[in-house]
Amino acid sequence: MTASLTASEAPRKLSAPVAILAELTHRCPLGCPYCSNPLALEPREDELATADWIRVFSQAAELGVLHAHLSGGEPAARADLKDIVAHCANVGLYTNLITSGIGLTKPRLQELADAGLDHVQLSIQDSVEISADRIAGYNGSFARKEKVAGWVTEAGLPLTINAVIHRANVGRAADMVRLAVRLGARRVEVAHAQYYGWGFHNRAALMPSRGEAEAAIAAVEELKKALEGVIVIDHVIPDYHARYPKACMGGWGKRGLNITPSGMALPCHAAQTIPGLDFWNVRDHELAEIWTNSPAFNAFRGEEWMREPCRSCPRKEVDYGGCRCQALAIAGDAREADPVCHLSPHHDRVTKIASRADNPEPLPAYSFRRMKLRESVQ
Amino acid sequence: MEADAPATLSKPRLPRGVRLKHDETRGEWLLLAPERVIKPNSIALAILKRCDGSATIEAIVDGLTQEFSADRVRVEADVRALLAELAQKRLVDL
Repeated sequence: MTASLTASEAPRKLSAPVAILAELTHRCPLGCPYCSNPLALEPREDELATADWIRVFSQAAELGVLHAHLSGGEPAARADLKDIVAHCANVGLYTNLITSGIGLTKPRLQELADAGLDHVQLSIQDSVEISADRIAGYNGSFARKEKVAGWVTEAGLPLTINAVIHRANVGRAADMVRLAVRLGARRVEVAHAQYYGWGFHNRAALMPSRGEAEAAIAAVEELKKALEGVIVIDHVIPDYHARYPKACMGGWGKRGLNITPSGMALPCHAAQTIPGLDFWNVRDHELAEIWTNSPAFNAFRGEEWMREPCRSCPRKEVDYGGCRCQALAIAGDAREADPVCHLSPHHDRVTKIASRADNPEPLPAYSFRRMKLRESVQ
Repeated sequence: MEADAPATLSKPRLPRGVRLKHDETRGEWLLLAPERVIKPNSIALAILKRCDGSATIEAIVDGLTQEFSADRVRVEADVRALLAELAQKRLVDL
């Protein structure tokens, strides 16, 4: 026997979740048009209290969760972030902060590092300042993020840069990887925009042509080899041009839970777009009970819900029929095959959407992600 | 590159953000890294446990050779292959 490493695999029966993604708040200073948060953002007054999150993370650790992702919105908008991090570390969770960087300062990062934070994921919008600030809808964000990256590494924390690729920056995907190296990241996630939440709403403005997407993919794949040992590149390629769908979320209710700011437990970011699903709240139920028994988590577990072409398809154990939310959004029913799959009877709808991006008409303006403004104007 | 041929006197360690954890729920040792959970086999685990930033590769090989009464050449090959693989993934600092 020689030394070997394998990805930890889930056995057949319902196994413990590996990860919890905690959207601590939907408040965020940035307005990125591809945000995966829902259009109906949850207001501050509905957010869970510190004690609620402490309880949730204790339950998560007991349930066997390994990774805690603290996300949002912008998690730094919560004044109790340090207390939450300290608790996650105390109960042994691998704690990852997913941040825009806005709202973090050097002393605050040091505090988080001292509290036991394991890792930071910092988003960048582009490698060119003026474009980055335009995409974020926030002047000065690029310059601020460069500073924040420095503070992260100075605090001794490992840094991953998150770069979302879309029409406005697709020609600079490789430059964004090089920027990540310059910012001191050990890892970079290059993810082509996915069309959920605000991203779905802004799809026409975001989707690059097939040619542009393919050139970006090739450039990043080339860097993967060239930068081996310098930076790890995790590459999420766009599914609208694919032949088969992605194994969305590693399978519905198989690997993790998302908790919204108000405590709703979701199998994925966009699950609330699917009508008729009954979500449970961490204010009313223990996490273990939610994982095992909540109707929303059980809705698409296993294969019983599948229709053709998935039901008799040998790939159903590879991709689980793809993404339920995309099936709903494009094929009109969450039980259909993800229409990204070339075997889907609705695949032509995806082809049509993708080919529209090849013939750019005047591009629509972004709908920046914003909380709903108060209606009354003075 | 150093990842290809770790120097005998380098002292491998798991960098911050990579940790070895005994998971009570699953009853096994896991290597936790950003967005990754890796399950080492028994030999990989024995090597990883010795990557504490103070033991040299030479010392790790000696220790394992003794512990498992194994062939030193074989052990050294295993250790070097594993560390090179991990360094490439930036999961260990040499």
